[in-house]
Amino acid sequence: MRYLDEFGDPVAAERLLADIRATATQRWSVMEVCGGQTHTIVRNGIDQLLDGQVRLVHGPGCPVCVTPLETIDRALAIAARPEVVFCSFGDMLRVPGTADDLVRIKARGGDVRVVYSPLDAVELAKRHPDREVVFLAIGFETTAPANAMAVRLAAQAGLDNFSVLVSQVLVPPAIEAIAASPGATVQGFLAAGHVCTVMGMAQYVPLVERFGMPIVVTGFEPLDVLEGIRRVVRQLEQGRAELDNAYPRAVSFAGNPAAQAAVAEVFEVCDRPWRGIGTIPSSGLRLAPAYARFDAEGRFDVGDITTEESPRCRSGEVLQGRISPLECEAFGTACTPATPLGAPMVSAEGACAAYHRFRRLDVPVTVRS
Amino acid sequence: MSGDGDGSPDVAGWTCPLPLRDHPTVVAGHGGGGRLTADLVRHLFLPAFAPVAGEADRGVGDRGDERGHDGDEGAVLARLADAAVLPAPDGRLAFTTDAYVVRPRVFPGGTLGDLAVNGTVNDLAMVGAVPRHLSAGFVLEEGLALAELDAVARAMGAAARRAGVELVAGDTKVVGAGQADGLFVTTAGVGVVPDGLDLGPHRIRPGDAVLVSGPIGRHGIAVLSVREGLEFGVEVRSDCAPLTRPVQALLAAGVDVHMLRDPTRGGVAATLNELAGASRLGVEVTERDVPVPEPVRAACGFLGLDPLEVANEGCFVAVIGRDDADRAVEVLRGDELTAEAALIGEVVQEHPGLVVGRTGIGATRVIDLPLAEQLPRIC
Amino acid sequence: MCLAVPGRVEEVWDADGTRMARVDFGGVHKEVCLAYVPEVEVGDYTIVHVGVALTRLDEAAARQTLALFDEVVPGDVVSGDLGSGDVGSGDVEAGDVVAADVVPEDGA
Repeated sequence: MRYLDEFGDPVAAERLLADIRATATQRWSVMEVCGGQTHTIVRNGIDQLLDGQVRLVHGPGCPVCVTPLETIDRALAIAARPEVVFCSFGDMLRVPGTADDLVRIKARGGDVRVVYSPLDAVELAKRHPDREVVFLAIGFETTAPANAMAVRLAAQAGLDNFSVLVSQVLVPPAIEAIAASPGATVQGFLAAGHVCTVMGMAQYVPLVERFGMPIVVTGFEPLDVLEGIRRVVRQLEQGRAELDNAYPRAVSFAGNPAAQAAVAEVFEVCDRPWRGIGTIPSSGLRLAPAYARFDAEGRFDVGDITTEESPRCRSGEVLQGRISPLECEAFGTACTPATPLGAPMVSAEGACAAYHRFRRLDVPVTVRS
Repeated sequence: MSGDGDGSPDVAGWTCPLPLRDHPTVVAGHGGGGRLTADLVRHLFLPAFAPVAGEADRGVGDRGDERGHDGDEGAVLARLADAAVLPAPDGRLAFTTDAYVVRPRVFPGGTLGDLAVNGTVNDLAMVGAVPRHLSAGFVLEEGLALAELDAVARAMGAAARRAGVELVAGDTKVVGAGQADGLFVTTAGVGVVPDGLDLGPHRIRPGDAVLVSGPIGRHGIAVLSVREGLEFGVEVRSDCAPLTRPVQALLAAGVDVHMLRDPTRGGVAATLNELAGASRLGVEVTERDVPVPEPVRAACGFLGLDPLEVANEGCFVAVIGRDDADRAVEVLRGDELTAEAALIGEVVQEHPGLVVGRTGIGATRVIDLPLAEQLPRIC
Repeated sequence: MCLAVPGRVEEVWDADGTRMARVDFGGVHKEVCLAYVPEVEVGDYTIVHVGVALTRLDEAAARQTLALFDEVVPGDVVSGDLGSGDVGSGDVEAGDVVAADVVPEDGA
């Protein structure tokens, strides 16, 4: 068992696809909340294979896409400072701020570094006591434990040259906002498996109850995603709305208590804006008072930077599944992967970037009526 | 063999090491055209670039004499003339140049020096040329360790001897500290293309077979594995190698080759897009037929990269007339450099300019031209 | 979001009080923090995200899932019906799963 190839077997995939096709009596709308699953879907062409049976709606589950513009502008202001070593996951480097992105800051001499782990940024801070090392701590619940660990280790080591610019968001409030929004068309959700690995499943119980929609915890390999879709479709066809776990090898109902405790110690829940969507109550994390000294916004005094979104970018509606990228006037013209107006055109999982590829092939569009 | 164990140049094999011993790092004078430059050429480059290893500076006159002698039988470079004078070959000349700035300069399976030779050799090989002569230009940053320059130069010499080319001309410039990133190398190369050989996108036809000459993604992953901030252990080495021999084997066997290209930056995805764009035809790739070494697949999974977009330095994509496809694979598999050659797809009339992959579960996806350098992602 | 990959723990050590491991991701070897998975031992598979292990992979559950894929008879209500008891190895009972009526929207 290597936990990878087994879950990409084409024969089993064909069986799952056939079952979905045989079961679905209408075209159901299912949202995969997580960008990792969007990637699996687009990379393997699952949306194409299920075009007639399932309308797959790509959700806001890409922390890159939903990081607010002003957070990016604050990151850029910090990264441009000469004393700063600015560390980020590779995803964020090309996300456009108001006038710049991290790649251009780097090109002008800013010390911007791609790291694999927030713990690598802590190591950099230890090695360069004369520099201010700042980590752009983006992520959902999956990444929060690693970001919390970095802050804890920095505190343990007594580092005063390490700080984090936090852009942590939470998934269940976003699902709630999408399901509750007027005109919502989504009929079932694939919950993000790795978020549940950390947080468990309890948070979804009230959502299933309130909205009467199936939520299936789903993994990331092709068979995992197909199985998640299959279980949602089965529930919908049978008039059921239940919380189900199609990823039991990595998700337990309780999640990971040690990781949850660390997150609760280092962070506290706050309201926060999602790029293009607006503020969702209790949907973000910020540093708890005991760790506030590691907050880069305070340290570099960038809290006053506020910015307006481009009025031409309709990524908010795309991220909520309200419009398809194709319905945005800027799509493919003013906004392309090389000249993005909004983050969904940048990120590997961004719905707009994914669509940009598909439209070019002129295949039937799978999302949206 | 390092002289005094402090990372200084390996001086034991040098004819006259004294002048270099005084300067363990590059200083401005090494580019000044005077004594230091001459010493650098004589004691570092000439031995490294000798066409026969060990026959360092045959043909160089007494120390200080910067000109070779007429009738000298040694290496062309060792004559230290203002220009290399070469015999005019039969056939046509292929001529190319490339600059090499890879960081880090040493990676599993190679160095900047190996790349600087093989990259240019392979550009020549891809047009069907037999590479003959290379030139090398060096931009050195003050402070660069001479030991490192020596290692790069020796790697270049060894790679040139392996590829059957001679380094015949060179230049060195030194820039101030902070004005360059240690060491940049530019090489140019000439090769001979046999008459009648015509390779290029204009020869691609619907139905042509597309093959890769070996497992993909090794170079890019090897380099990433030692990049600061990403370091990981990986059981894969750069594939950096000269491709003249397998290409010439294909041509000698009379295989109906239509186009060759080495998928360096941007990987196989970029190369296939280039050939689809240039031929105004479509390309279809069956993804599971693409040879991806397990560690490359694992590293890509782990960093969120697509193996098709990862750089290669020792394999090529070939477009072959349909009837010769199997024979092409057979010929290539007879050479150790291309023993894992595989058919991966075909040229089609449909979707001109686009590369479409058939995915593992039987759907299709567009394989796009990579936008820029691949960055590891978390989401 | 959340690119996390399975790997096998090769070696475990303590670094200044933090449990660390070397993990093999199919030929790629990387240092990983085990602080959140005290139960993970050498030989176990774990899911790793940005250098931090998040859980021990449950092999029995993985095999069950794969077996289920084998048993699916397309369109067959019984074989394909998972019921609500599959919520996982956690402490939830079938009765805990919330059910509600669904009113499917038309067409989309």
